[in-house]
Amino acid sequence: MLAAHLAPLAASFFSLLAIASLLLSFVMLGSRWLKDYLVAFALQSWLIALLSAAVGYYGGYHELYLIALLTALFRGLLLPYLILRIIRRLNVDRELHERLSPSSSLVVGALLVLFAFVVATHLGSSLGLAGTVAVLALTVMLSMKLIGFLMLVVRGEALSQILALLVLENGIFLGSQILVPGMPLLIELVILFDLLVVVACFGVLVRFLVMHAGTSSAHNLRRLVG
Amino acid sequence: MIETATTPVAALLGVILLAPLLAVLVCLGTRRPRVAEYANLIAAVLVLLAVLRLLPAALAATRTFWGGYLIVDPLGAWVLLSVATVYLLASIYAIGYMRHLNEDARLHRFYALFAGFGLTTLSGPLMNNIGVYWIAIELTTLVSTFLVCFELGRESIEAAWKYIVVVSGGISLALLGIIFFYWGGSLHLGATYDLTWAALREVAPQLNPTVALMAFLLVLVGFGTKVGLAPMHTWLPDAHSEGPAPVSAMLSGALLNTAMIGIARFIQVSDAARVGLLPRVVVVAVGTFSLLVAALFITRQMGIKRLMAYSSVEHMGVMALGFGFGGPLGIAGALYHMLGHSLNKSLMFFGAGNAMQVFHTKRISRIHQVLARMPVAGLLWLAGAVAITGAPPFGLFLSEMTILRAGLATPNAWAVFVMLLLLIVIFVGFLNHFRAMYFSPGVPADLSPVTARASSHAHPLSLWCIVPMWLAVIPLLVLGLWWPAAFAHYFAVVAAQLAGPGAP
Repeated sequence: MLAAHLAPLAASFFSLLAIASLLLSFVMLGSRWLKDYLVAFALQSWLIALLSAAVGYYGGYHELYLIALLTALFRGLLLPYLILRIIRRLNVDRELHERLSPSSSLVVGALLVLFAFVVATHLGSSLGLAGTVAVLALTVMLSMKLIGFLMLVVRGEALSQILALLVLENGIFLGSQILVPGMPLLIELVILFDLLVVVACFGVLVRFLVMHAGTSSAHNLRRLVG
Repeated sequence: MIETATTPVAALLGVILLAPLLAVLVCLGTRRPRVAEYANLIAAVLVLLAVLRLLPAALAATRTFWGGYLIVDPLGAWVLLSVATVYLLASIYAIGYMRHLNEDARLHRFYALFAGFGLTTLSGPLMNNIGVYWIAIELTTLVSTFLVCFELGRESIEAAWKYIVVVSGGISLALLGIIFFYWGGSLHLGATYDLTWAALREVAPQLNPTVALMAFLLVLVGFGTKVGLAPMHTWLPDAHSEGPAPVSAMLSGALLNTAMIGIARFIQVSDAARVGLLPRVVVVAVGTFSLLVAALFITRQMGIKRLMAYSSVEHMGVMALGFGFGGPLGIAGALYHMLGHSLNKSLMFFGAGNAMQVFHTKRISRIHQVLARMPVAGLLWLAGAVAITGAPPFGLFLSEMTILRAGLATPNAWAVFVMLLLLIVIFVGFLNHFRAMYFSPGVPADLSPVTARASSHAHPLSLWCIVPMWLAVIPLLVLGLWWPAAFAHYFAVVAAQLAGPGAP
């Protein structure tokens, strides 16, 4: 596989991009402002687009250039724009009712990264890949997954939950670029497209939420129990 | 579009996928509710006829179409049968039920979504590429979200929100698992290959066991969320109880089965990967836990549709046990259970919808003397209640017995005893609610404003709401009295295909 024998320069470039993306998800975790989330998410998507292009260049997978372009367009521009429109329309700019303060979530997030690292190391060593960029990719992928779930749990605004779901998917995208760069183009395209549909659906749903339930905070949705 | 129309199977596939698609387009194109409802109904009839023709062809040979993206195999065709049956029954029922809601202005949109939901649910079992299968499952969520919140009440929007957040989050774990499988396979097959079910099965013995195990667990949690296995079931009672009754029937009877087939196919992969007993133990444990959660919530339930929803959790647990036990008996039981569940759960949701039309409430405590108010529909609903708890002489009794027998021969025999105990608890708990609704003396009409209002507005149930109940209860009874030899043969073929290397 590609990640096992890379030139040192390429390997460190990939690592840099992966770690920067992980840091950006900590930015989301540590902030209360929805705009911060959005900017961090857009930046993260651009980094992932850059990563796709870099993997395409170093690994010789030319179709990844297309993926990079589409990632930048869809996830770097279109999705943030759609979400920005919802933010403007809803007039919410910060998280009011988080279950866990940003500083505590940072600590929990760090613990989750630690857990992800343990799992990734275990997987990597069982495959004889210890010390390669593959382990780092696995760590970042699992960490972003866990951080996304943490955000889903502790954040109450409907928009934060959408962004948390997008972080979940960003993690998968980032990891899959490094681990399985040759995954068929069709699948990646459709998954990108699928994401767009998801966000469109969420947009409509948030509008319903505000119009008919009178709130944009998912914490107020607690009538259905038992 | 599909290779050539000369091969009958390709033509049948065309009907199965194009009929609902056409119905979607017609419904979007027209603003007349009557046209939309009949377009959807015609599509449903065509789909069921095509699936019935498809079954023998699928049994004869597993074939792929459309550049290998569509697969017709016995297991998938069986799920199609369940889905198509529910789609037809729910389409008939929807005509009566939705007219009653007085939403004529938006009704064409409802049917467009409904046919779209049918289309995505039907396409799931046909997908040969695992990534595309994942996308089909994700699309079912997106379409059905808008069906769940069609009534735009506060609760239904809450349910839709929980549904899309929990299921999208859960199913992204399945995507992670699929990528792990792809990664494991790419170490042997080269960087680029088509991740079809067959390809994954073939490469499975060479997969690294750690990667395969982790991927399987992720996939199980992911698709388990969609199937509604506890503890990932949290979206299910809300979505099932807040959507209109025909949508609840489709969610429960059709959608859950479509996701269950993914788990069944991944169990086969994990068998072939020889990662030990753990995958099956986990599937059995999750199935048992679903039964436990269902038993607890059924006993103390207050909402009539939530009662049915938890019963779905129970039945998915039973099916997971069947596939988890494996072997010819386990798989036969699970498949028989799938069809029985589809028929029976549709019947139950139709009955609940009728009761809601008559009593104007979802609360069990406000429903009294059902037989006096809806004699025919009430009797059918009662028969369905007896059937769904697994009592003879209905189909689910046979399938549950088969699964129990299958489990005794496996290392997981402990689960059989737990299952038996929980089934008895559920039997008592479920029927106790029906006893209260049917035979306890009602509150005098003048004391209860709800009942008074209801009786002043009383109008007879439309025939559209009663006919599908007959259509569900008769096959259910027949399947309980007679296990057709053709089915036995069919299940044997499926079991032989699923029992790859490494299966018990």
